Amino acid sequence: MNLQIALLLGQDGVTSGAIYALLALALVLVFAVTRVIFIPQGEFVAFGALTLAGLQADRLPGTIWLLLALGTAIALVEGGAALRQRRYRRIPLILLVNCAAPLLLAGALVAVSPAGLPLPIQVLLALMLVVPLGPMIYRLVYQPVAEVSVLALLIVSVAVHVTLIGLGLFFFGAEGSRTPAFTEVSFEFGEAVLQGQTILVVVASLVLIIALYFFFERTLYGKALRATAMNRTGARLMGISGQLAGMLSFTLAAAIGAFSGILISPITTIYYDSGFLIGLKGFVGAIIGGLASYPVAAAGAVLVGLLESYSSFWASAFKEVIVFTLILPVLLWRSLTTRHPEEG
Amino acid sequence: MSSLAVDGERPVVLEVRDLSVSYGKVQALHGIALKVHRGEIVTVIGPNGAGKTTLLSALIGLLPASGEILYLGEYQGAGRSVEQLVRLGMTLVPEKRELFSEMSVEDNLLLGAFDRYRAGHRDQLETMDQVFDIFPRLMERREQLAGTLSGGERQMLAMGRALMAKPRLLLLDEPSLGLAPLIIREIFRTIAQLRKTGVAILLVEQNARAALQIADYGYVLETGELSLAGPSSALATDPRVIASYLGLGGRR
Amino acid sequence: MRRSPYDTYLLLLFVGVLAVAPAVLPEFYVTLLNYIGLYSIVALGLVMLTGVGGLTSFGQAAFAGLGAYTSAVLTTVYGVSPWLTLPAGLLITSLVAVSLGLVTLRLSGHFLPLGTIAWGISLYYLFGNIDALGGHTGIAGIPPLQIGEVELRSGRDFFYLIWAVLLGTVLATRNLLDSREGRAIRALKGGSVMAEAMGVDTPRSKIVVFTVAALYAGVSGWLYAHLQRFVNPTPFSLTQGIEYLFMAVVGGVSHVWGAIVGAGLITVLKQSLQDWLPRLLGQSGNFEAIVFGLLMILVLHRARDGVWPMIDRLLPQRVLHGSFSGAEDLPRRPRPQAGSVLLEVHDGSKRFGGLVANDRVSFTVRAGEVMALIGPNGAGKSTMFNGISGVDPLSSGTVSFRGQRVESLPARDIARLGMSRTFQHVRLLPGMTVIENVAIGAHLRGGKGFVAAACRADRSEEARLLKEAARQIERCGLAEQMYESAGSLPLGKQRLVEIARALAADPCLLLLDEPAAGLRFLEKQALAELLRRLRDEGIGILLVEHDMDFVMGLADRVMVMEFGQKLASGLPEEVQRNPLVVEAYLGGVE
Repeated sequence: MNLQIALLLGQDGVTSGAIYALLALALVLVFAVTRVIFIPQGEFVAFGALTLAGLQADRLPGTIWLLLALGTAIALVEGGAALRQRRYRRIPLILLVNCAAPLLLAGALVAVSPAGLPLPIQVLLALMLVVPLGPMIYRLVYQPVAEVSVLALLIVSVAVHVTLIGLGLFFFGAEGSRTPAFTEVSFEFGEAVLQGQTILVVVASLVLIIALYFFFERTLYGKALRATAMNRTGARLMGISGQLAGMLSFTLAAAIGAFSGILISPITTIYYDSGFLIGLKGFVGAIIGGLASYPVAAAGAVLVGLLESYSSFWASAFKEVIVFTLILPVLLWRSLTTRHPEEG
Repeated sequence: MSSLAVDGERPVVLEVRDLSVSYGKVQALHGIALKVHRGEIVTVIGPNGAGKTTLLSALIGLLPASGEILYLGEYQGAGRSVEQLVRLGMTLVPEKRELFSEMSVEDNLLLGAFDRYRAGHRDQLETMDQVFDIFPRLMERREQLAGTLSGGERQMLAMGRALMAKPRLLLLDEPSLGLAPLIIREIFRTIAQLRKTGVAILLVEQNARAALQIADYGYVLETGELSLAGPSSALATDPRVIASYLGLGGRR
Repeated sequence: MRRSPYDTYLLLLFVGVLAVAPAVLPEFYVTLLNYIGLYSIVALGLVMLTGVGGLTSFGQAAFAGLGAYTSAVLTTVYGVSPWLTLPAGLLITSLVAVSLGLVTLRLSGHFLPLGTIAWGISLYYLFGNIDALGGHTGIAGIPPLQIGEVELRSGRDFFYLIWAVLLGTVLATRNLLDSREGRAIRALKGGSVMAEAMGVDTPRSKIVVFTVAALYAGVSGWLYAHLQRFVNPTPFSLTQGIEYLFMAVVGGVSHVWGAIVGAGLITVLKQSLQDWLPRLLGQSGNFEAIVFGLLMILVLHRARDGVWPMIDRLLPQRVLHGSFSGAEDLPRRPRPQAGSVLLEVHDGSKRFGGLVANDRVSFTVRAGEVMALIGPNGAGKSTMFNGISGVDPLSSGTVSFRGQRVESLPARDIARLGMSRTFQHVRLLPGMTVIENVAIGAHLRGGKGFVAAACRADRSEEARLLKEAARQIERCGLAEQMYESAGSLPLGKQRLVEIARALAADPCLLLLDEPAAGLRFLEKQALAELLRRLRDEGIGILLVEHDMDFVMGLADRVMVMEFGQKLASGLPEEVQRNPLVVEAYLGGVE
């Protein structure tokens, strides 16, 4: 390996590491607030990328159907509850948020040809299609069983993952997609070439991480999420309901996932099931952080990215084996440093 | 709140009739009836295990209960939730304090105003100043993490955080728990002063003497039932209160 | 265990139907049944692991892969007989399972399944990328199994082997669950604190149940390799591992028969969905995943116990009464002399961060006395209990029990020395009968292990354990509830079950945390009577209790705690008159 290759691999590693770090943060957040191990995190990556690709190819992305279906289901659940409790005044709002808004979006997509729109608008549309799926899934799937054990929630997560993978295949087909680069700029340092898109990924990830930091440290809603993670009962007594915290954390997780997908889709071809492995690599990072520490999780995720990149050079066939086997020494180390077995 | 039932000269904030709570097949509370007026401190005293915490948990909606709960003139049915009651100005300072231990004192207080903030009020900083006036110690400690506070300061923070919600009814669960006598005196003096703000206070205490000293009216809870009730001055001298605590009397 | 009275007949009927099935069914259905059998074996392991032990794994397909690939390589490359590759495959499977278990099982429950996801992916890529394992094309030409002169070449021939193995594992699993070690596994689900306090080595139990589940999968993989006579990585992927868990959960993860029902349902459903879903959607692809995922979510929302309990409800129920009346009594440990010091706590302190919950508390408990620990809420009584019993060791100070220092021993070792306890918040296994719950208390008085239990070589010991449990239940006045499920009893009775469980350990010292809470007046009197009898037998009793009538009428000595410190101690009447105590309870007078 010469220096040039080393730099190139390092550049790759940092790029994927930045994405894994974002996902790791989302996973830690969701776990801390809701105790849900969010296996479907990766599906949001794929859905984000493929929805954008669909828009650019002037196809109506399948995610709109999911959005409409979930919206209708929630409207039925919440509307039914409102009827039972005789709180009729809530019904118009329920219908507006869950049915009218997705319909409006669908209508807009049919009316205008999204392929002709400028890239930022396309990205915004893709996010509008994919991000609401996060809180909707929380409301329909997780909230009714919010009090069950971590283990049961994990099984629910796996079920959601399997469903979304199947839907992904149905919506986007087995073909992969790659979106055009956001920027064609590249820099040359001697023999090494630094791609603009790579810089964009890293910078955008950093900006997002800093924005998250400000959200958690400076805004009352961010503090409310941290409070829920620290002390659920205490938070409820302040009026921070589990539903609010759950929906908020799932919105953030979905946004981070979809945005990550949009960022990497110019670099790598995304298939309907690519998200799973990407998400799991974020997971390895999150587990390095014990599903609790944000900075350690982010650092762990960058390490995963680098490890993956260099192992693809030395033993490309065993890249996945190496990355996922890394989890074992990590778990061993955590196990040796944990004094008491916690109650599951 | 003009629609409130007026009992004597002050409006009734909370009225409970025939309240019962069960854990599975075991009835923890049976046939509880009590009333709290505006600007009044009502205490429920009783030994460990009598069901005091259960009573407050049921009132705030953490536990299901049967019977009637009338809060601010409206029935709170089985569908009542903590979040709804918080929105309506009912606030609980729990026995375990339930602070956000890895956050600063200031952040803990701000979160006390979360629901008001969510409802559109933006006066949390002024409210925080008022809380600092009541508990100057919290002002000194505002940067410190809640988890590093002493027992007394934790109780002050828990109460301050509850006051940030500008409650109409404050439920206090054993504020004296685990505190040294001097601190208890300080805390209770503060509770007595809160009465002037017009808030109604339901104080649940094992420390009968401290509670009866500041309360207007008292109830004695014994194995899930109210066994005695009366103006606190009368209860303070009632020998049956001591008996119910130390098993001296031949009850039942 | 609760069982349908027709359980045995059902089993016979089942065997009968199976016996004739290959003779009358067309090839397609025989193949389907073969797969259901193979999947059931794996799902059965998950029933033990998840439904019974409260752990879970998404990596069972990978364990099946180890069994299959071991046999494939050894038979095709080295020409080893398939009957020798089975133990080889199982050895490798258990080695991997034990190391994975050692790595994850000390962490909270969700790290094991996460570990199995990672390991399932690793192994899949490993199978697919090692040339010696045939890469993604796999290994063909695996020899068929041979029994005597008969080669099992067709699906029909193989059918009997698969279902015989399945029936064997069903019986072994049922036997195991209905045994001393089985109860220890079932106790895991209630959290490790209670199990450890009863002397169960919970990390060991977890690793054993995880390994047994892995071995079931290994056997299934071995059968698969010789049925297909070809292996490739796909059937051992994480997707398949997830599907195994779905089978167990949909069928009923707490029931042996649930595994078979689940495997059958999912396999048949998959078959038909693969037929008509692509037609319905107008595309080809594995769309059955959508239905499976939604089905799983529905089951977890609406019927968390799965399908089997719904079937089971239709069958008449009868409770099996064990026959143990003829069993010998268990040997009892020698009683310490009445009046001798059993427990001595010296300067016991416990700090939680900056909070001092116990501050240099010293006291003794003697054989044949009732010592009561009282004090206001938050005085540190339960903390002291946890410190003494090893549930949450003290920060400093010494604890001697029967002359031996125990302050740094784990709970299960302290239990072994003859200390037994109850919990303030009742820790029973609600789905198990009273007698099974109480028998957990006698865990350390038996010694038969997993293998003995699986092949029923533990029956005489089991009868003695149950007889002892029954004796303690009768002593606590619960004879009529002996075969009811513990969760159906009122709280007061559940507390008595806890006491019976503690007594089943044949303790010298009994720690009771609020035993009278939730009891009615007459029940309290009966409990006091029982405790007096135990005291007269020479057992030492340390009691935390809030009911002062109860305490003052029963205790020989009373110690009062406040702010984690010892406030007073002495005879009950002395303590009651002590002004400090009155002040502690009623609050200071200024």
